[in-house]
Amino acid sequence: MKLIIAYIQPHKLNDIKQELFKTGVTKMSVTNALGCGQQMGYHESYRGVDIEVNLLKKVRIEIGINETFVEPTVEAIIRGARTGNIGDGKIFVTNLEQCIRIRSGETGNTAIG
Amino acid sequence: MKVKRIILSVIVGLLIGTTELFANEITETLELHSQALDMIWLVLAASLVFFMQAGFAMMETGLTRAKNANNIIMKNLMDFSAGALAYWAVGWAIMYGASASGIIGTDQFFLKATDNTVFRDWMFQVVFAATAATIVSGAMAERTKFSSYLVYSIFVSALIYPISGHWIWNSDGWLTGIGFYDFAGSTVVHSVGGWIALAGAILLGARRGKYFEINGKKETRAIPGHNMPLAALGVFILWFGWYGFNAGSTLSGTDPGIGAIAVTTTLAASAGAVMSMVISWIWFKKPDPSMSLNGALAGLVAITAGCAVVTPTGSILIGLIAGILVVISVEVIDKVFHVDDPVGAVSVHGVCGAWGTLAVGFFANTGNIKGLFYGGGFSQLGIQAIGIFSIFVWAFGGGMLLFFIIKKTIGLRVTEKEELQGLDIGEHGSEAYAGFQIFTTQ
Repeated sequence: MKLIIAYIQPHKLNDIKQELFKTGVTKMSVTNALGCGQQMGYHESYRGVDIEVNLLKKVRIEIGINETFVEPTVEAIIRGARTGNIGDGKIFVTNLEQCIRIRSGETGNTAIG
Repeated sequence: MKVKRIILSVIVGLLIGTTELFANEITETLELHSQALDMIWLVLAASLVFFMQAGFAMMETGLTRAKNANNIIMKNLMDFSAGALAYWAVGWAIMYGASASGIIGTDQFFLKATDNTVFRDWMFQVVFAATAATIVSGAMAERTKFSSYLVYSIFVSALIYPISGHWIWNSDGWLTGIGFYDFAGSTVVHSVGGWIALAGAILLGARRGKYFEINGKKETRAIPGHNMPLAALGVFILWFGWYGFNAGSTLSGTDPGIGAIAVTTTLAASAGAVMSMVISWIWFKKPDPSMSLNGALAGLVAITAGCAVVTPTGSILIGLIAGILVVISVEVIDKVFHVDDPVGAVSVHGVCGAWGTLAVGFFANTGNIKGLFYGGGFSQLGIQAIGIFSIFVWAFGGGMLLFFIIKKTIGLRVTEKEELQGLDIGEHGSEAYAGFQIFTTQ
């Protein structure tokens, strides 16, 4: 089992969701995140005083998944998120030790799908 | 004997003289007092109408997204401020200056007057001009370049609004001449604003993500406003200000009709809100808050033309129909025409303004002016229809031309990147809710 964590541009969430649905991935968690990477920040000003904003608003998607699904899921996220510009985001894939469905007590591969 | 008679006649003469003197004094005092009442009433009513600017600002902010809140309040601040200067320089003269063939005013530019009653009337009129101008802000929210909006504000307050206003509210205007009746401005103010808003929203195009295609069919996506309590506060402020708008339009503090106007205004607004709630309840299965708020405004806009000439029952019927019209037209404009109007300004002000003006031809019931339902026949109805149509052609056409020129010169719309990030950061370099984490995924 793998855990896929993707940081994406907030406005690409809808496109990514649609690509994931097409691939057959319908379970995910989405949270708001702040982050900085290559994109750098931008400047605001308040009553003439400069404010540098370098933590940008991002969306974090987490998907727990069986190994066979890793490749298509990653591809779907990329299809939805890529614009070619700096700031499109990153995908992390890590090993997932265990997964338990609370309602039934099922574990492992049966619980995750 | 003779002396006595002379003395008597002198006394009588004196008595008569004093009574006459006394009578003159009373007339003069009454005249002064009624002038004072007019002055106080009109400046007070103007202040109430001015406060409607706050109502528009809050309602529009509430019904749009948090990332554009600074932009909305700047637009509402500036269409009044820039608009007032334009109305001082040009607008007032075109609207109330000496008429050239009933089409356009020709004098009093830069408010060249020393008469206090002119200042009083200017004050009362400038807030109406600002109301017409600010209606457009909501329909063009969340995607319009700020600089383009400033240019629009100046032209609407200096030219588009005053010219059609001249036709109706200048005593020599051509629509006044044929007997067109619009007491407080369902057409003069609201329809004009609504039709310009329609032109703007069409030329501007929809907000990104508002419409999407599924299997070749255009579908509508809701973009919920970020603060419904603020929108409600805005509507209540507007309703409050409307008492100045309608009852103030008596233009006289001694007019006994003020009470009746306040009554018809209240009843129409209530009927509009109730009806919109009922329709939304049936149609969308739940009583919809933002649609009900729109309904109250629809009733207010609709009663504005006839508030002084209809009975309380008439005002309720006008409000009820406005409440139905506003829901239907919001749905049709959004789902059939796919014109993106984030706050329903075209429906509330354009459509219900036209309805309210037409309603005078049905419901008017006074000595001078009788509608169809009170035995007045079709003549007033026909005249009202001519007025509504002429103003539609003028305001929609003028709006189209103005926005088309702006689009081709300085551009009407912000970049896609800026629209996604929010106009607050893109146009004003600042956020409305600093310290809050506001995320938008559309």
